[in-house]
Amino acid sequence: MAGSASLYRRRAIKNALALGLGVIATLFGLFWLVWILGVTFIRGIDALKPALFTQMTPPPGADGGLANAFFGSMLMSLMALAIGAPIGVCAGTWLAEYARRTRLGGTIRFLNDILLSAPSIVLGLFVYTLVVAHTRQFSALAGALALALLVIPVVVRTTDEMLQLVPSTMREAALSLGVPQWKMVLQILLRASRAGIVTGILLALARISGETAPLLFTALNNQFWSADVTKPMASVPVVIFQFAMSPFESWHALAWAGAFVVTLFVLALSLISRFLLARSKVTHD
Amino acid sequence: MHATTTLPRPRDNGADLRSARDARHDRLFRYALMGCALLVLAALLGAAASTAWGGRLAFETFGFKFLWSEAWDAVNGDFGALVPIYGTVVTALIAMLIAVPVSFGIALFLTEVAPNWMRTPIAAAVELLAGIPSIIFGMWGLFVFAPFLAEHVEPWVNDHLGTIPGVGVLFQGPPLGIGMLTAGIVLAIMVIPYISSVMREVFLTVPTRLKESAYALGSTTWEVVWDVVLPYTRSAVIGGIFLGLGRALGETMAVTFVLGNAHQLSASLLMPSNSIASVIANEFTEAYTDLHRSALIALGFLLFLVTFVVLALAKLMLVRLARREGA
Repeated sequence: MAGSASLYRRRAIKNALALGLGVIATLFGLFWLVWILGVTFIRGIDALKPALFTQMTPPPGADGGLANAFFGSMLMSLMALAIGAPIGVCAGTWLAEYARRTRLGGTIRFLNDILLSAPSIVLGLFVYTLVVAHTRQFSALAGALALALLVIPVVVRTTDEMLQLVPSTMREAALSLGVPQWKMVLQILLRASRAGIVTGILLALARISGETAPLLFTALNNQFWSADVTKPMASVPVVIFQFAMSPFESWHALAWAGAFVVTLFVLALSLISRFLLARSKVTHD
Repeated sequence: MHATTTLPRPRDNGADLRSARDARHDRLFRYALMGCALLVLAALLGAAASTAWGGRLAFETFGFKFLWSEAWDAVNGDFGALVPIYGTVVTALIAMLIAVPVSFGIALFLTEVAPNWMRTPIAAAVELLAGIPSIIFGMWGLFVFAPFLAEHVEPWVNDHLGTIPGVGVLFQGPPLGIGMLTAGIVLAIMVIPYISSVMREVFLTVPTRLKESAYALGSTTWEVVWDVVLPYTRSAVIGGIFLGLGRALGETMAVTFVLGNAHQLSASLLMPSNSIASVIANEFTEAYTDLHRSALIALGFLLFLVTFVVLALAKLMLVRLARREGA
């Protein structure tokens, strides 16, 4: 009797210990989130000023802003979406509608998931050897292409998943009315899963807004305002990298301000997409 | 799946033409979509082929010696991959040592301990961590975390862990703040959301029947998780860990900030080093000889190869559970 009581107590203690460690692990995870976001927001707001959005990146010691970097990031992200999103939607549609259970479809889905987590710096090297090494010119276009390679897998995956959620009765209803399949896909399926696909594109935008590694040797950097996509172009993450690694205090402040804006933008995007996703799921059920 | 069949209608010529046209459009549409899907394939193969091609000069010059030579001399043109490989592996291992237990704890808390109203917000908050751009982790690591470690943690580590015989050598060194230990910790924070969200999702797939049977036999929550949930989800949990490992191996910016960019091989975790990704990020635009650039691209090829294998294994492990779920 005494033996079993001590056994029970030992098991209860072990249980309490394990669950307690679980609580501590969760607090540990949240602790970093609070610390990192807190530091970014406090230092970023300190360095925030209107000139950030109106002036160019300064030489060390001088005053300035990040206007050219913001413009470059925006332009390259939009170009990357313009290239990557249609390709991603088409490929995702093919996977969901034409290759759901085929071997080729399975292989591409598998490789797409790998591309999703592949190191972005290697994709930068890929675009470097493909484009920059041949044109002998770092360019915004090459940067956008590298970012598009990051957009594609995100959009493919969400499109594929969203289309698979559309009930097959909808397809059958359309086909039985004699609608050709391409019309059915474009006008019924893609419309039904519009919210989900837009979410995927927003997620992709959130992902590329903070990406630095693939831009380092494709778009490079540019101290001045440039809208020429065949020339090097500044982007916020690359400027942050350059400024943060420098020994100059004024550059550090600008880097924090840039980091604050990028973080805010990315977090807002992921919250919006989360909200959209939750809403689209409700309407499906 | 839903191939359109054109029914022959001999009497109605207009409808016949129309259905032929529709069939043609359908075929075109289908090929166009398939072309886009094949681009995904091409992107992956292209990345492998182009980095292999770009690195051929280094592979030809150094042969297999490239893998275990610790030389990195841009002036005399002698390059080896050992130091970056060592840095990459060590930092990723430190990251996994921290991230795996913590992620398991978070998944345990979110699936078994936390009250229902708490689960979604906390899971979302942890996943928010994955959304923060890696350059932010890097800046925070360099300006905030590294000085903190140098001032408060590393002297203590030196005095207490550094004196343990055997493993002590790992923890001896100047308290610089930046180094392999710092990079490993930052990487751990970055991969925790990925691993914990996979673990949480697969823990939720365990049939309630199984868990309730164990509870009915008198198991404690911990015993249910350790003896029922974990064995049931083992392959997917390992898959999630590999997914995190793949991310940790290829992470660039955060590591570049806090690793210190020093080309040296040292046993101490407090010393600065280099990882494959950080060497490429630091040196690529400054590489003026073809051989130097080729050596960097060759490193990129090695990194791609390793992460491909790790991520493919992760995916296969995850699929195994999904298949059993489906069956």
